[in-house]
Amino acid sequence: MSKTELPPPATDARPETRFTTISGRPIERLYGPSSLPGFDPQRDLGEPGKYPFTRGVHETMYRGKVWSMRQFAGFGSAAQTNERFKYLLEHGVHGLSVAFDLPTLMGRDPDHPLSLGEVGKCGVAISSLKDMETLFDGIPLDDVSTSMTINSPAAMLLAFYIAVGEEQGVPQSALSGTVQADILKEYIAQKEYIYPPRPSMRLIVDMIRYSTDHMPKWNSISISGYHIREAGATAAQELAFTLRDGIEYVKWCVDAGMDVDSFAPRLSFFFNSHSDFFEEIAKFRAARRIWARVMRERFGAKNPRSWMCRFHTQTAGVSLTAQQPYNNVVRTTLQALAGVLGGTQSLHTNSLDEALALPSEEAVTIAMRTQQVIAHESGVANTVDPLGGSYFVEKLTNDIEAEALAYFERIDAMGGMVSAVEKGFPQREIQDSAFKFQQAVEAKEKVIVGVNEYAMEEKPVPILYIDETVAREQIARVEALKASRDNAKVAKTLEALKAAARTTDENLMYPILDATRAYATLGEMCDALREVWGEYEEAATF
Amino acid sequence: MATPAADPGKSTTPTRRTRVLIAKPGLDGHDRGAKVIARALRDAGMEVIYTGLRQTPEQIAAAALQEDVQVIGLSILSGAHLPICQKLIELLRAKGASDVPVFVGGIIPTQDIPELKKMGVAEVFLPGTTLQQVIEAVRRVAVAR
Repeated sequence: MSKTELPPPATDARPETRFTTISGRPIERLYGPSSLPGFDPQRDLGEPGKYPFTRGVHETMYRGKVWSMRQFAGFGSAAQTNERFKYLLEHGVHGLSVAFDLPTLMGRDPDHPLSLGEVGKCGVAISSLKDMETLFDGIPLDDVSTSMTINSPAAMLLAFYIAVGEEQGVPQSALSGTVQADILKEYIAQKEYIYPPRPSMRLIVDMIRYSTDHMPKWNSISISGYHIREAGATAAQELAFTLRDGIEYVKWCVDAGMDVDSFAPRLSFFFNSHSDFFEEIAKFRAARRIWARVMRERFGAKNPRSWMCRFHTQTAGVSLTAQQPYNNVVRTTLQALAGVLGGTQSLHTNSLDEALALPSEEAVTIAMRTQQVIAHESGVANTVDPLGGSYFVEKLTNDIEAEALAYFERIDAMGGMVSAVEKGFPQREIQDSAFKFQQAVEAKEKVIVGVNEYAMEEKPVPILYIDETVAREQIARVEALKASRDNAKVAKTLEALKAAARTTDENLMYPILDATRAYATLGEMCDALREVWGEYEEAATF
Repeated sequence: MATPAADPGKSTTPTRRTRVLIAKPGLDGHDRGAKVIARALRDAGMEVIYTGLRQTPEQIAAAALQEDVQVIGLSILSGAHLPICQKLIELLRAKGASDVPVFVGGIIPTQDIPELKKMGVAEVFLPGTTLQQVIEAVRRVAVAR
């Protein structure tokens, strides 16, 4: 190399810009060995597939098996969604992921006054076992794995799924998939709760116990940070509140007498992959390390599978813009790549039109192809944890972990997550972050391409439009069901459900299954429990 | 009820502070937008009443009358905007409060905007709207009344 002048001392080229992540974390010009004092690769990273799993839960990762491409879908009637499912399965999707409409999510029948305008809109309308039979018509349940995004009435939807399996001749022991059933994040972020936190937790514990006893291939719950992030949390808040929710579920199950290693291997997680590329990768790596240590040290779990933080990832819906929607394909690609480099087990890529409506079939296809391009063309799946050992990524991983652990301490001091939720603590933290972010966007400290910079006139894209016919037909279907079933039997099963709810030790899954098989509607079952437990209402603060 | 106070940044003549009802109708719980808007309007010197989640059109109309607000802002992301707005505006009309302007923000397909305007919705705010735009729009209609 010829003799050259030394480069001028490095100065940041854009002093007016604050170099921070999307979560507001300051970023240095350069990271090096001094960024990682005391870093011990053996202790802090370990080998892939080994404690503390920082580098991944499997030894071979995507060389052994590429992540599951799982597209969340559901709209209109059960028959319409059944068609979309079959389309997705034909085009290379590995597992189904059901989006329910709001009446289903809130345990209301379609004719309830609050269901006005909501039926079949942001997911599929499922009012009873009848609709579930239609939803999975021609889809053998021992051939697919199904993830159901359902929380307050998760036990009922699980019962519907088990009953469809029975009708198809598939025993519950052969069913694979998961229900989300993460009620804590509903109080924290998405707010689709029905009952007060404590009876809701009991229902979740009953469900975990039931699937642990009878469904060895079923992931009992999917502890979710996705919605926490969408509500405005930072990356570290998403991580902290999600894993602390996980701790709460484990604690409640252990307190109910379950052996930690009997159910912990079947817990799974669900994270958001947002736009700040490296911060997200660091978050995923930190998640695995924290969970492994919590499970081994805090709960004394012995089975290595209990230590593993296995997770599903979805790209950030909230980052998508209604303006210049084709740019969303690029955003989603980067976010999906972060999920993959972070070692996700399954992935949903959002469609380009999701800031406008539910995705059209064309938009869903591009989203699916995005994953396939990453898996088969980019080469990133060829090696495990390619960013491990990067000074920057390891430093971010350490920092996010430390921030999450500090939140654990505060929440522990409040008496756990249920108490923290009752005090409104995580809710307030998220609300503040959301407001700060919006201010940063308005001050253009954060640039959103096509929105606060590079805006232009544009033509609308075609969207999927759902009108009110779905509601009318759904109401008619429920009326027809009520006219044709054995109503005396339904009433008897609902009474039994209420009686069980009044006890503290009876597992509610059994009476829920009985009511399901008698074709009680979802609204009727949820109302039965409303009678016993009441409804939760949060203080309307802002 | 709060004491009437001068609207900061406006004339020095004592006027009633702008009162706004922010409501979240339907079954959806995604309240990030509603809360950010409520906070921004409050920071802009207005009196904001937030209904909380899952309000029926009947409850929203009753709250608007009881709180004597000058503006109603609805946050709807679930696709239920047409029947909900229709019902709310009918109720306001029936109660003699059809002069209270109704704003809607959220995920609203552009093809629905003409219909919303026809039924009497004053303004529709789509994703990407700035807080400043919302504040100014609320001030404009509040002053006009």
